[in-house]
Amino acid sequence: MMNDLANNRSGVGLQVRGLHKSFDGQEVLKGVDLEVMPGEIFVIMGPSGSGKSVLLKHLIGLEAPDAGEILINGELIQPDEIAGKYRMAMVFQSGALLNSLTVGENVGLYLAEHRLKSSEEIEEIVMKNLEAVGLKDAANKMPSELSGGMKKRVAIARALVVEPQLILYDEPTSELDPLSAIVIGEEILELKHRTRVTSLIVSHDRDLAFGVADRIAFINEGRIVTVGTPDELKHSGDPLVQKFLHADFKHEPQTQSL
Amino acid sequence: MFENIGEIVVLFWRTLRALPFAWRQRRKIFEQFFEIGNASLLMVCILSFFIGAVTALQTGPVLVERSMSSAVGGIVGIAMAKELAPVIMAILIAGRIGSAMAAEIGSMRVYQEIDALRTMNINPIHYLVLPRLVAIAIALPMLVVFAILVGWFGGAVVAEANNHIAIPFQAFFSDLRDIVEVKDVANGVFKSFCFALIIGSVSCHQGLATIGGPRGIGRSVTKAVVNSIVLIVIFDYVLTRVLLK
Repeated sequence: MMNDLANNRSGVGLQVRGLHKSFDGQEVLKGVDLEVMPGEIFVIMGPSGSGKSVLLKHLIGLEAPDAGEILINGELIQPDEIAGKYRMAMVFQSGALLNSLTVGENVGLYLAEHRLKSSEEIEEIVMKNLEAVGLKDAANKMPSELSGGMKKRVAIARALVVEPQLILYDEPTSELDPLSAIVIGEEILELKHRTRVTSLIVSHDRDLAFGVADRIAFINEGRIVTVGTPDELKHSGDPLVQKFLHADFKHEPQTQSL
Repeated sequence: MFENIGEIVVLFWRTLRALPFAWRQRRKIFEQFFEIGNASLLMVCILSFFIGAVTALQTGPVLVERSMSSAVGGIVGIAMAKELAPVIMAILIAGRIGSAMAAEIGSMRVYQEIDALRTMNINPIHYLVLPRLVAIAIALPMLVVFAILVGWFGGAVVAEANNHIAIPFQAFFSDLRDIVEVKDVANGVFKSFCFALIIGSVSCHQGLATIGGPRGIGRSVTKAVVNSIVLIVIFDYVLTRVLLK
């Protein structure tokens, strides 16, 4: 099984049909439908609490839906089968690095635990992937010694080691300064061009979405409102989408009369 | 607590089924084993010395007064081997190691490290629970053997030094040898092995079931220790009753 997976390097196509999920009686996903093409960078945008991260967790098998289907390459798949059948990786919002391991051990964890390579080969792959995200010198550091942006880049390096067919990013630029956010965006594009991986990004960062996406879906209150290319989304007639895209901070100072 | 018993049993069963993978996790098992020994050995030594000493102090004068001084060694020997060392060391380990297990796994759960493992198709039971359960199941019985020996020594020191008892060191151990058999020590070691499985399963389960932030971790730690101690005391009675036959 693991060898079959290792030989298949192409990005996968993903379909979601009628996905429903409730927590404690509160419906978070209210029938989500979407289709992601192989090798595509697909961004899901929407306000906080709209169900983006919950949707992502369903796609990698961390949550089981109450109703609905997930198909990968046209094949219906159960949540607990996803990680075993396809090589997938997720870059968590916090990085989710294992704090008890060094950066190098974190990046090589997948290969070491599945015994896919010798320790010398793992070390070589780890260094190669850390170099790809500009963190070659951080291999022996502990995650607690890294900044937020560095943690996210290590998380990307850890995802790259899996040679994923589908990579999921949960808010990859949140809590980052604009320059670090650009570095992350470039990593995502570079990865797509190098490996043809299918990328699904959940974000409310408009700059990132319009900078990297092939298509963007807008989600609100557990439903996909619209899907289209960045240009199509910019010209969407949906007032909610327009409001989200053009929202800006404006402070009107109060005039005080003497 | 009792609503979680089913989940704890399921976790224990899954960990048992993962035992064939224990050799692959030997480095982590050794790390955990070292951690348990390193964190507890001094405390075990102090605690068991004084438990043995106080047992001799409580029983010695009464027995000597009734011309039963030859029973002091046997009583301290039996009490330490069959009851005091296994139960009190298990409670100590629940407090020191069970709490650490629940806190570590709980924080991994809260900060999505366990989710990250699952996305890499790494089974958290193989990676986190198995090494801890195997390590504690080896370490606690070894600590109990050590505690029994130190406890006997503590009893013997007090029996000789206390004027109301005044039993010579050699006579104490000679009396102890007449009464305590190897099976009595084996009895205590077996009980401690069962207690280790309880502490490991309860603490790991509580860690994996953690929800919320730092407050959730704190709640899990408290529940892990309290539930472990309650189950240890209940199982102590059950095991003692079964082993009496």
